Amino acid sequence: MNFTVDGRTAFAYTAAHAIDPAKPTVVFVHGAGLDHSVFGLQSRYFGYHGRNVLALDLPAHGRSEGPPLATVPEMADWVMRLLDAAKLEKAAIVGHSMGSLIALECAARHPRRVERVALLGVAYPMTVSEPFLQAAKANLQDAYDMDTIWGHSAQAALGANPNPGMWMYGESLARLGRLGPGVLYNDLKACHTYAGGEAAAAKLQCPVMIVLGRRDQMTPAKTGTAFARTVPNARLVQLEASGHSLMTEAPDATLDALIEFFRN
Amino acid sequence: MAGPKYPGFDTLALHAGQSPDPATGSRAVPVYQTTSYVFRDSEHAASLFNMERAGHVYSRISNPTVAVLEERMAALEGGVGAIATASGQAALHLAVATLMDAGSHIVASNSLYGGSHNLLGFTMKRFGIETTFVAPGTAENFRKAIRPNTRLLFAETLGNPGLEVLDVPAVAQVAHEAGLPLLVDATFTTPYLMKPFELGADLLYHSATKFLGGHGVAIGGVLVDSGRFDWEKSGKFPQLTAPYSGFHNMDFEEESGTRAFLLRARREGLRDFGACMAPMTAFQILQGIETLHLRMPRHVENTRKVVQFLAGNPAVAKVVYPELPAHPNHELAKRLLPRGCGAVFTFDIQGGADGNARRAGARFIEALRVFSHLANVGDAKSLVIHPASTTHYRMTDEDLRKAGIGPGTVRLSIGLEDAGDLVEDLGRALAASQKAASQK
Repeated sequence: MNFTVDGRTAFAYTAAHAIDPAKPTVVFVHGAGLDHSVFGLQSRYFGYHGRNVLALDLPAHGRSEGPPLATVPEMADWVMRLLDAAKLEKAAIVGHSMGSLIALECAARHPRRVERVALLGVAYPMTVSEPFLQAAKANLQDAYDMDTIWGHSAQAALGANPNPGMWMYGESLARLGRLGPGVLYNDLKACHTYAGGEAAAAKLQCPVMIVLGRRDQMTPAKTGTAFARTVPNARLVQLEASGHSLMTEAPDATLDALIEFFRN
Repeated sequence: MAGPKYPGFDTLALHAGQSPDPATGSRAVPVYQTTSYVFRDSEHAASLFNMERAGHVYSRISNPTVAVLEERMAALEGGVGAIATASGQAALHLAVATLMDAGSHIVASNSLYGGSHNLLGFTMKRFGIETTFVAPGTAENFRKAIRPNTRLLFAETLGNPGLEVLDVPAVAQVAHEAGLPLLVDATFTTPYLMKPFELGADLLYHSATKFLGGHGVAIGGVLVDSGRFDWEKSGKFPQLTAPYSGFHNMDFEEESGTRAFLLRARREGLRDFGACMAPMTAFQILQGIETLHLRMPRHVENTRKVVQFLAGNPAVAKVVYPELPAHPNHELAKRLLPRGCGAVFTFDIQGGADGNARRAGARFIEALRVFSHLANVGDAKSLVIHPASTTHYRMTDEDLRKAGIGPGTVRLSIGLEDAGDLVEDLGRALAASQKAASQK
């Protein structure tokens, strides 16, 4: 479904349902260089189980117009303006990777509007290595390769995708291939320079769940676990068989964690 | 690259798509010989049917053994995913049926496997899908045949029977400028000799019956999607970009982005047409793929020795193989197929002054001892067929010529035997053929 935010087209997948203000809402926020389709199974589930779903494309990603937003706080405010455009006052937010920082910032900056947050593949600080940043800045294929390989567990290199017939690396590379120049660098830089994690965590008033992949090579579970300790009363779920791409590598376990979180 | 590296082709050929079985530890790919899968509960069943969870429901749609083959082929080709089918023909049909409706049009090479020509030229026409066949030698031929209702460009990476090398980058450019995808039949080249997606193709399929299996024991096909064609931007494919009432008004592109084509092909094409691959077939083809990187160099090495022998034999009028300088696509082959031009080619036997070529060809076949006379290619064993006395025997010499087949044309598929034995076998049969050619 297309919305207009800041005068530009902003897309959010709604699982083929109209927005119903009477229903609770879940917003899904993707990570660096990704789009709404990474939440395909999980967002579809909630859309067919009594909730409004807005699996959004950040500006310059997927079907949303650019240019990209430069910082995590700017992205967080944009998400809230998308909620305004959808005429929704409150929502829960599920964010993955960079999207988890956006969700965190949304909850800290707009506590009355954010009912709960699930942070998937989160780490703070979310530092990005200099070679990765430089490759992305130069729009080199190397950057897409690093993103693809580090974005999955080592096992994913040899496959065994839970989604029958699909090749995780191929999906990642094809999706990245559709990005405009500079967008991945923009996102990685936003992650790398985000400095508000501790302050945001201290402000959280809503229920928080943190889901980590034990085989994460991009945002190692050790870093995510340390961050979880700074978030009061956060529920921590660690998935044994997943790397950073939790929704693809462990789709059912990720969904089960979300169902349980929303049930409580 | 300064960072991490992808596994190599040889490693993927052995491992891609499979983790050791978590239940038993089985190292080999288990054969899940089952039609269906027990649901955990009603909620789980509903979620699987509505695509809220990953998994298997019914083996016509997906099967764990078949999924290993699909993922392995996607990895070897560099695609987003794949669908294994009952045959190569089923893969071509699945691609066409997923992309278009009655009233659509295809531009295809006229140098195709006979079965593909039949499907497009006759059978799909009955269902309202027309095909214009063009000589694949220049991309311009494809461009000139594109109409407003064209939905696909299609050709073989190596044409049949003339081994025309498809200029994949040039034809892909023509396709993309028209907002169309390029589908290639990559059976003769396999991912070992050519990676069509890296050259610009959008979709490809194999008759897995041939080199992928290599053993000649299983019929199968596999359709692979690069995930790089932007269906939404093209605007010509409502099948993928508009709500589909046959699946909860799903807009496949909106739902899944780069997975849109395969999602519809599986959820509609396998569901409704049902030309799926059996798990045992997938297992057998996987056994072949595990040695693809070892077999293909030997296929090519043996083929070069045989081609060299035939090209210098006085009983041979002509050898058609792109690595020979006389082949019209010799330079293109050097650029696109540096590892070799495969193991299937044709040659013409000298027919004698009185035109006894058909008799010479038939005698040649009968005199062979190592080569097997049958209608297949891509086996580990060397194969031979004489079209004028078998598949095309009702045609006149003039009609054969129009089809690019001479009365003395022989098609060989070179296997993995000792090359010296193959050459000896051919030499003996050629001598026999010349006796037949000289008979009054």
